[in-house]
Amino acid sequence: MTPKDSSQLILLHVKDNVLACRRKIHRGDALSIDDTRVVASGDIEVGHKLARVALHPGDVVLKYGVPIGSITQPTGIGEHVHTHNMKSDYIAITTRQSTGEEASS
Amino acid sequence: MMIGYQRSDGRKGIRNVIVVAYLVECAHHVARRIVDVSADMDVHLIGFPGCYPNEYSLRIMKNLCTHPNVGGVVILSLGCEGFNRAGLHATVAASGRPVETLIIQERGGTASTIAAGVKAVAAMKEVIAHTPRVPLKMEDLIIATVCGGSDGTSGLTANPAVGKCFDQLVAAGSTCIFEETGELIGCEQIMAERAVTPELGDEITACVAKAAKYYTIMGYGSFAPGNADGGLTTQEEKSMGAYAKSGDSPISGIIKPGDHPPSNGLYLLDVVPDGEPRFGFPNINDNAEIAELIACGAHITLFTTGRGSVVGSAISPVIKICANPETYQRMPDDMDVDAGRILNGEGTLDEVGAEIFTKITALASGDRSVSESLGHQEFILTYKSFEPVGPACLPVRARSA
Repeated sequence: MTPKDSSQLILLHVKDNVLACRRKIHRGDALSIDDTRVVASGDIEVGHKLARVALHPGDVVLKYGVPIGSITQPTGIGEHVHTHNMKSDYIAITTRQSTGEEASS
Repeated sequence: MMIGYQRSDGRKGIRNVIVVAYLVECAHHVARRIVDVSADMDVHLIGFPGCYPNEYSLRIMKNLCTHPNVGGVVILSLGCEGFNRAGLHATVAASGRPVETLIIQERGGTASTIAAGVKAVAAMKEVIAHTPRVPLKMEDLIIATVCGGSDGTSGLTANPAVGKCFDQLVAAGSTCIFEETGELIGCEQIMAERAVTPELGDEITACVAKAAKYYTIMGYGSFAPGNADGGLTTQEEKSMGAYAKSGDSPISGIIKPGDHPPSNGLYLLDVVPDGEPRFGFPNINDNAEIAELIACGAHITLFTTGRGSVVGSAISPVIKICANPETYQRMPDDMDVDAGRILNGEGTLDEVGAEIFTKITALASGDRSVSESLGHQEFILTYKSFEPVGPACLPVRARSA
């Protein structure tokens, strides 16, 4: 685990294209990602992920240096990466609102 | 110094619990009242709800009732259920433990059976107070791990810290068990490379493939809505975090629920049933997994949580390791270890791993874990079916199972 410049973010593996939040990020916070400075476009909770580079639909998301799913929506650097713009390449996840049938379809 | 309870089969316990075991839901109330009236933190309730017999649940109940942490057993039967109560009774008796079976239909009903059960527990306490005490070594301990209420911090702090602790335990000669192949989907290749033989590696890959198939048919992965609230996006992301609990030691074998690891070292418990799905989800909640780990002989379960699980377990204590610093602030009285402090730069994985190791030795010396002190004794057992593991799953057979 290597703390990455701004102490809010952790780069878990050199190959990763997402960063983990070690504390809550608030909208408007200045983020320093590698050599790029961006302003957080929304709140991001501790343990959540944000994009280290601009990501495009079909891109494989790498965390811990391994694939953890793929991107479904264009995502800018510093933006939250979660269920709204990323999916599993194995098995769909379910929410409190969805049934198993909907989730697997 | 760790002092245990010597059992006649050679194993040693860290607790001397009396188990009150009901064999069908219809006997649950009577069993629970016996435990309540006994009002002793070392009298625990376990049971099986179904009326139809099931080989798996009989085997798990036999293993739990003869677990080294158990000193005596009171069995509660309604009278007409399908559970093989004579077989369970005989197994406990053959282990040298005091055992009494109370059949409600033959005992005059609810009140008289509760009274008989309370009396039986009190008499048993006298007997098991004389259980021989012996020094415990790290080699005597079987330590399991499970995660529950995982979030995006679990794979950064608590899970890798347990992995560090597991490495330390394996080096000290203990036996360690990790599990939930459904939460290892996506990790099968890197996990297979850690197997002590290539054939075991193939078995690991196959049992994760079995889990993926089974969960796909169920329509749900092993992924709760709270996992997503906490920042986990996919099953494979959760898996990578969960996998970190296993540490870096070589994987010595695969066991199934109720199998005792045949040697020290690190074992993977395959919890996903064999064959076509018959009885539903592999494990309906975290305690179903903990019960299986205890049935494999676990003395203590290391439970990592990000969202904040509060559960403990009957029979074997649970050590709660909190991954998320915000969760720890919200519910510190439910946590044994604050692993989330790593995120604030107030500790390292090695330090937290060593702290967990120290907790294990303290519990094995008689200290109570937080969930134990709070009276958490959750237990659940449901229907499943398994085939025995193949020979390639257990390349190490240093001591007989």
